[in-house]
Amino acid sequence: MNINLTLFLQMIAFAAFVWFCWRFIWPPIREAMSTRVENIAKGLEAAEQSEQKLAQASDAAARELEVARAESKDILERARARGNQMVEEARARAEEEGERVKQTAQVEVEQEANRAREALRARLAELTILGTERILGDRIDRKTHDRLLDDLVKEL
Amino acid sequence: MASGELTSKEYIGHHLTNLTYGRHPDGTWGFAANAEEAANMGFMAVHVDSMGWAVALGVTFCAIFYAAARRATAGIPGGLQNFVEAIIDFIDDLVKDIFHHTNSMVAPLALTIFVWVFLMNLMDLVPVDLLPHAAYLIGIPYMKVVPTTDPNVTMGMALFVFALVIFFSIKQKGVGGFVGELAFQPFPKFLAPINLLLESVTLLSKPLSLGLRLFGNLYAGEMIFILIALMYVSWVTTPVAWALQWGWAVFHVLIITLQAFIFAVLTTVYIAQAYDSHSEEH
Repeated sequence: MNINLTLFLQMIAFAAFVWFCWRFIWPPIREAMSTRVENIAKGLEAAEQSEQKLAQASDAAARELEVARAESKDILERARARGNQMVEEARARAEEEGERVKQTAQVEVEQEANRAREALRARLAELTILGTERILGDRIDRKTHDRLLDDLVKEL
Repeated sequence: MASGELTSKEYIGHHLTNLTYGRHPDGTWGFAANAEEAANMGFMAVHVDSMGWAVALGVTFCAIFYAAARRATAGIPGGLQNFVEAIIDFIDDLVKDIFHHTNSMVAPLALTIFVWVFLMNLMDLVPVDLLPHAAYLIGIPYMKVVPTTDPNVTMGMALFVFALVIFFSIKQKGVGGFVGELAFQPFPKFLAPINLLLESVTLLSKPLSLGLRLFGNLYAGEMIFILIALMYVSWVTTPVAWALQWGWAVFHVLIITLQAFIFAVLTTVYIAQAYDSHSEEH
């Protein structure tokens, strides 16, 4: 158990190992560790952010859906109302049309009847004159008996 | 194994003798043939076994950690990197707790001490006769395999730490500040000689206690292993020796780790003290 040169050699060896560790071992490993810590922190933060974004997005989607649903309901209602209205209109128009056709037909019928009546009247007047002429054996002056004839016709 | 021709005293003595290379009193250089010759060499001698094992273990430490450092990735670490990072993280936390200044060297220093001293202590758990006997068989007469049972090794490390403490003290406080700290406290300035005496003792006791604590613990542990090994001489005591050796080895696992840890912590504390000014401390 002698103290000798070993003491100094050990000091030198110690210094050399410390230096080696200080230069080549400690820095790269510490750097790798702290970089990893940063990466993990970043990763966690990103995960949290995307979670928030996801929540926001699904909120937005839900809102959009709500709006769309309301809109479609609105559109549907309007369409139904419009449809009803159109049916009403069509019916009204059809009724009107029918009415018009009926009226036209009635007018025509009346005109026809009038014409027939006129014709009948004219014919009757002629026949009456003819008959009267035969009975009287004389010509009736049409002009003088016009008033009489007219009255007669009117009575028909 | 203690061979039959050896007495107990010779066996113990053999185990406590280093393989020494040095200058013989007649001026020639060579290996010492026995403990007496080694003692006669005085200061100009080297314990080849202590140094060899110390350097080999230091290189082992550097190689393993450098392998991890070179492949260090911020991604998913492999097994080796995990192992190394666990130790580095442990040391880093330790140093950050004790040392609050900026010095990139303190933590690597503590790491080197912790791992290296641990490895050197670990040699104590190799059965006491295994390596010396193997060395004997290949013609090496002496082989002490636990470097930390050599006071040269532990004191060499302690002195290096001491040198660092003084270097950082002066770097941080200047020569005046350093001397002032030694001379002007704890008593008033006119008692400077007494202060100087007290503070010098305090200062010098640091490396001394640091080196001797490690040496004492490991030397005593080694000695007990040797004494237990002596019991293998008879078949009656052999089972007892097994039990004792196993028990002591288990206990020693604690001691070697603890001593490595203490050396690293105290080194950090001493350097932290070199940085802290005393007025802050009190």
